[in-house]
Amino acid sequence: MTILYFSLYHFIIEGHKGVIGTIIVNSEGLPIRTTLDNSTTSLYARLLRSFTTLARSAVRDVDPQNDLTFVRIRSKKQEILVAPENNFLLIVIQNPSE
Amino acid sequence: MEITYVYSKFRREFGRQGLFSDRAEAVMVDIQPNPRLMSNFVVKTPRDQASQACMDMSEHPVNTERFESSNCGINHMEGAWPKDINPRDLEQTVRFKKKIEKEENYVNSLVHLGYVMDHCIRQNNTIDIYQEHFKEDEIEKVPEFPTAKTMSVFRDPNQVKRTITGLSWHPDGGRKLAAAYCSLDFQKSPPDMSFDSYIWDLEKPNYPEMALKPESPLVCLDYNPKDPHTLLGGSYGGQIVLWDTRRGSQPVEYSSLEHTHRDPVYKIIWLQSKTGTDAFSASTDGQILWWDVRKLSEPTERLVLDPSREGNLDQALGAISLEFEPTMPTKFMVGTEQGMVVSCNRKAKTPAEKIVCTYEGHHGPIYAIQRNPFFPKNFLTVGDWTARIWSEDIKESSIMWTKYQMSYLMDACWSPVRPSVFLTVKMEGVLDIWDLLFKQSEPTLSVKVSDKALYSLRIQDNGQVLACGSHSGEATLLHISSGLSTLQKNEKSLMAAMFERETKREKILEARQREIRLKERSRSEQSREDEAWREDGDEDPEQILAKVESDFYSMVEVEMRKRERERRAAAPQEEEARDENEVKNEEEDEVKKEDEEVEKEEDEVKKEDEVKNEDEVKNEDEVKNEDEVKKEGEVKIEEEGEVKKEEGEVKNEEEGEVKKEEDEVKKEEDEVKNEEDEVKNEGENDEKNEEEDGETE
Repeated sequence: MTILYFSLYHFIIEGHKGVIGTIIVNSEGLPIRTTLDNSTTSLYARLLRSFTTLARSAVRDVDPQNDLTFVRIRSKKQEILVAPENNFLLIVIQNPSE
Repeated sequence: MEITYVYSKFRREFGRQGLFSDRAEAVMVDIQPNPRLMSNFVVKTPRDQASQACMDMSEHPVNTERFESSNCGINHMEGAWPKDINPRDLEQTVRFKKKIEKEENYVNSLVHLGYVMDHCIRQNNTIDIYQEHFKEDEIEKVPEFPTAKTMSVFRDPNQVKRTITGLSWHPDGGRKLAAAYCSLDFQKSPPDMSFDSYIWDLEKPNYPEMALKPESPLVCLDYNPKDPHTLLGGSYGGQIVLWDTRRGSQPVEYSSLEHTHRDPVYKIIWLQSKTGTDAFSASTDGQILWWDVRKLSEPTERLVLDPSREGNLDQALGAISLEFEPTMPTKFMVGTEQGMVVSCNRKAKTPAEKIVCTYEGHHGPIYAIQRNPFFPKNFLTVGDWTARIWSEDIKESSIMWTKYQMSYLMDACWSPVRPSVFLTVKMEGVLDIWDLLFKQSEPTLSVKVSDKALYSLRIQDNGQVLACGSHSGEATLLHISSGLSTLQKNEKSLMAAMFERETKREKILEARQREIRLKERSRSEQSREDEAWREDGDEDPEQILAKVESDFYSMVEVEMRKRERERRAAAPQEEEARDENEVKNEEEDEVKKEDEEVEKEEDEVKKEDEVKNEDEVKNEDEVKNEDEVKKEGEVKIEEEGEVKKEEGEVKNEEEGEVKKEEDEVKKEEDEVKNEEDEVKNEGENDEKNEEEDGETE
């Protein structure tokens, strides 16, 4: 099952058009799986981990029953998508097609 | 009741009743005030004093000592690895990662996350959800008032404060500022005064980035525009000092004492050359020296600022400021202590030809001189209480100048971005920004930068940031508003038109002056000639007057005789009449002849009146007139009275004619003046129009 899901994951996520790279980060900010080089990975992992935590706490401060579902940071050159969870963080960097 | 006391008195001893009577007032006691006691008392004007039942408050400012802090960063490389795993060991980290991947938790969450992410990615690929549908129009620029904001102040870290006499921006982006500190007060520098000058980093205003330690304090500094690590400084002792910032605070080289300046070096500028190692310096000892920094032991060239072009040092003028424009490498200008600007050509063959021309106009030393970066033919000088703009072609006077300010102007520079803007600093600590297209009579913006006098000013190449140095060693960094540092539309053409107009006005004035001088000269020469001529006929005007007198004598006599004849004709005395007639006939004949002569003389007089200042004809006439006048004078001395009045009238007429000629001359002069006025009026009108245009723009 894990292998199936892995292949699914690989195809779905990494196979999409415009995706530059993906990173999976654990709750402590450690990159588990990545398609980018080490320095970039650690940079993204560290920054986005803290960022997501901050975002989540902001959402929950406003409404305790609410929760963060997705974080999208669009910049001039690319879009960073972060799917948060308590344990893990899935980060995808995509070049949005225009 | 007991009787306690018995009081007995005889009835006859009782007192009588009181009988009251009136009596006039009488002063019983009169106590006068004692004036000697007055001295114990003070006369006080009565005043109202309100009292309130509240506490007395006082205000007192307190400033803490400055806390110096510095910023530094730490870079966190990697973390969050569990304790037992060594992050540098690749095998361990890989094993750890694989272990996590096998957890069930991991797989489940990942699947879930995957779906979510997939949705978003597809969304991104389908449509640009951040597309801008309404393009924003260009934001219209709100016309803002010109402002200058102080960004930071760099203070002299020494106890004894010195004046900032020179400033230079780092050539590469202007992130550093070099400031030369020196006390220019004659013999007033305290013995423990530091000689250091500093280089400041704009981000760190609390302490200088680097100190430059010469042997005598620096009066001026300049960064090498080609090599941002080298600096040249001119010192108070007359030496040129070279630094390389990579090598530290100590100078790399000094110029040798024998061949260097003998007075403080007031200005030093790097030149544009192939080797990039040339510079020249100016000092009040009257010399301009050229140096090659590779060999500072001797100057490569030397120019003595002698206005008589003899190279005589004793007659030389002291130089206080220099000007050099890289676009015109052979020409340069020097501002002197005596208020004269000397324009020089470096490439002249003989030293005498090096000094091309001089411009005079200032009453005191010229502290700054700079060409307009957009119009190099016009340059700005600052000295005494005015700032003047000159055109190279007009040597007599400046083409534009400010009115006399309240305090001395110490330094000035053009804005490198806008041709119509220049800045000046004054002794009362005020920075003035002048915009010639907006207002010519006053500065557009006047900012009080410091309580102490401002001595130097330097603007960065972007035209927006400037630094000014004060007497107490403070360099203030100011940020000018964008209105004053962005090029307006049509600005170049308007400024060109303005400079041309002012130059033209000065040219016309010069031409008129020359004309008037020429006329006066020619008149004075002619009057000398006339005097030479008139040695023979000294009495020329008097002769003419005498002649006219005689004319009127004759005219009046004729009239009187006619009346006599009429009277006698009334009386029936024929013989007498006949005799008298005969006599009268004879007299008439004589009179007629005389009339004819008189007419001739009148014509001649008229001719003479018209042709006063000519040669041969005059002489002949003079001779004739002399003889005739003498004859007539003898015949007609008898009659006077009314004749004299008429003479007076004649004289007045003569004088009137003379005056007419003078009036004509005056009219000519008035015309000249009117033309000048017209030109000036035109100029003013144009200026007003320009001002109005500038304001509307």
